[in-house]
Amino acid sequence: MTAIATRPETGQRGTSAPPARPRDSERLFNRVALGTLIALALLWLVPLAWALATSIRPAQEVVTNPTGWFTAHPTLDAYGEIFDAGKLPYWYANSFITSILTTVLTVVMASLAAFALSQTRFRMRRAAFVMLLAGIMIPGQVLMIPQFLALQSAGLLNTYWGVVLPQVPNVVAVFVFKQFFDGIPRELIDAARADGAGWLRTYWQIVMPISRPAVSAVTIFVFVGVWNNFLWPLLVVTDPEMMTLPVGLTSVQDVFGVPYAQLMASAVLGAIPLLAVFALFQRRIVEGIAGTGLK
Amino acid sequence: MATTTAPTPTSSRGDRWAGPGMLLPFALFYLVFLVGPLIYTVVAGFFETSLLKSGLGDFAGLSNYTAVLGDAEFWRTLRNTLWFTVLTTVPLVLLSLALALLADRFVRGRWFFRFAFFAPFVLPSAVVSLLFMFIYADQLGLAQEAVKWFGVDTPPSWLGDPDWAMISIAAATVWWTIGFNFVLYLAGLQDVPREVHEAAAIDGAGPWQRIRHVVVPMLGRTTTLVTVLQVIASLKVFDQIYMMTAGGPDGSTRSSLQLIYDTGFVEGRVGYASTVSLLLFVVILLVSLVWFALVRRAEKES
Repeated sequence: MTAIATRPETGQRGTSAPPARPRDSERLFNRVALGTLIALALLWLVPLAWALATSIRPAQEVVTNPTGWFTAHPTLDAYGEIFDAGKLPYWYANSFITSILTTVLTVVMASLAAFALSQTRFRMRRAAFVMLLAGIMIPGQVLMIPQFLALQSAGLLNTYWGVVLPQVPNVVAVFVFKQFFDGIPRELIDAARADGAGWLRTYWQIVMPISRPAVSAVTIFVFVGVWNNFLWPLLVVTDPEMMTLPVGLTSVQDVFGVPYAQLMASAVLGAIPLLAVFALFQRRIVEGIAGTGLK
Repeated sequence: MATTTAPTPTSSRGDRWAGPGMLLPFALFYLVFLVGPLIYTVVAGFFETSLLKSGLGDFAGLSNYTAVLGDAEFWRTLRNTLWFTVLTTVPLVLLSLALALLADRFVRGRWFFRFAFFAPFVLPSAVVSLLFMFIYADQLGLAQEAVKWFGVDTPPSWLGDPDWAMISIAAATVWWTIGFNFVLYLAGLQDVPREVHEAAAIDGAGPWQRIRHVVVPMLGRTTTLVTVLQVIASLKVFDQIYMMTAGGPDGSTRSSLQLIYDTGFVEGRVGYASTVSLLLFVVILLVSLVWFALVRRAEKES
């Protein structure tokens, strides 16, 4: 989590007095850099802007001029048709339910495990940690067949639990929590223990409340990960009313043939919740990535 | 409160099970959904396991391995996957480094660059695929339109031409995921002390020289991390290929993970698919181990 600590300094870094004599080469370089950067950033926004522009054009116009940008008659028809014909409201609800369930389970179980590994002492503690760490190297997708067979025999296909359960053992989440808990002063834990608080109470009432940064980092990356997961829900969900948004969206093409305004409206609707999450938690997401990635 | 006579709380009786008890829920999930499946994958590779019959099926010895290693399709999907990995890793490391170096110079407006480059990263792969299928569409897509401006009269069919399909998917992937590496580099740049910049500037180094000889070398650790994470992610590619071309045209974009998916779930040959899974797992594991070795050595040196 070093990024969190250094960020405020960076803000000052920019406002600190410029070097005594800004040389011409420096100024020229900055200008070229800014120009390049803005050009690339605009290029990067083209697909998003185009999706938005196309989704509000009348279907007739898209057919006659597919690559046009502007319309004199903006309309939300495509959105309405998507809502009526597809099962979009179900997919939204399913994505929310599975993402929230997975996130809550992951945060609770991973933080409990990390607390045990960080603060309690027991035999095999180090061995348990090393074994858990090894799990970072197991690529989950490669295990899709046995995971599928296990859920099939448990009768969990086409259920929320089928989508949720295999995504709960997130080793990176344990790692992030342990990293954070290791930094909590030993005296704080000892004081709580000396006052007679059990380990569970110490975890819940002392440690978790001061671990907000770790909790929010894990919450965001688990939520986004589950929301965007495609392969796993594709395997375990076949019932259209149980599909999550990413899986449902791919079936839109079959429902409509290829009417582009609707396709782009679906893309926009699929993007909005996450862009909203991103806009709200931009700094937390960035800090989370920086903090988890670099350790 | 009351002073305790026992100096170490950890020695009291109930404590011995506190740690293992709190570890247990996560450990159970870990065993059931990661360790167990991994063991199953290893075992199933030695059997003629089928999705249609329960149980492991007949013992096959090494026949799955000889079959997979002798299967031209296995090697082709592996080649496709490696080609995709090269096509994505090189720009995703170099371009994200360049973007971060440039963006780091400007404090004002940084949120705009972060939004432009990072926002696509939070989109579901399904949205990215829909978007780019439209952009790459023949005759009416933005990409063909764009190259016509540059005087190309007959633009290629981006997703329909076997020579271009993987490149097109890789380009969409770069657009989609560059924000993650960009942010890692921005974080790495914050650890470069301001004084280093100033000292180099006083010594007469221009901005370009400072970047090349001072800043980039200090980002070595971040670069290793970004590269390895990228290689591992690219080796596991599935979503966008499956949606945009389904492996076509002529299997030119079929990935290793799709081979596992197809043989395992479509054809039901679990034993064979398990063998492919294990081989892909070994490739990914080797990459991770090389990374750990590199980090170890770098830490010893510093």
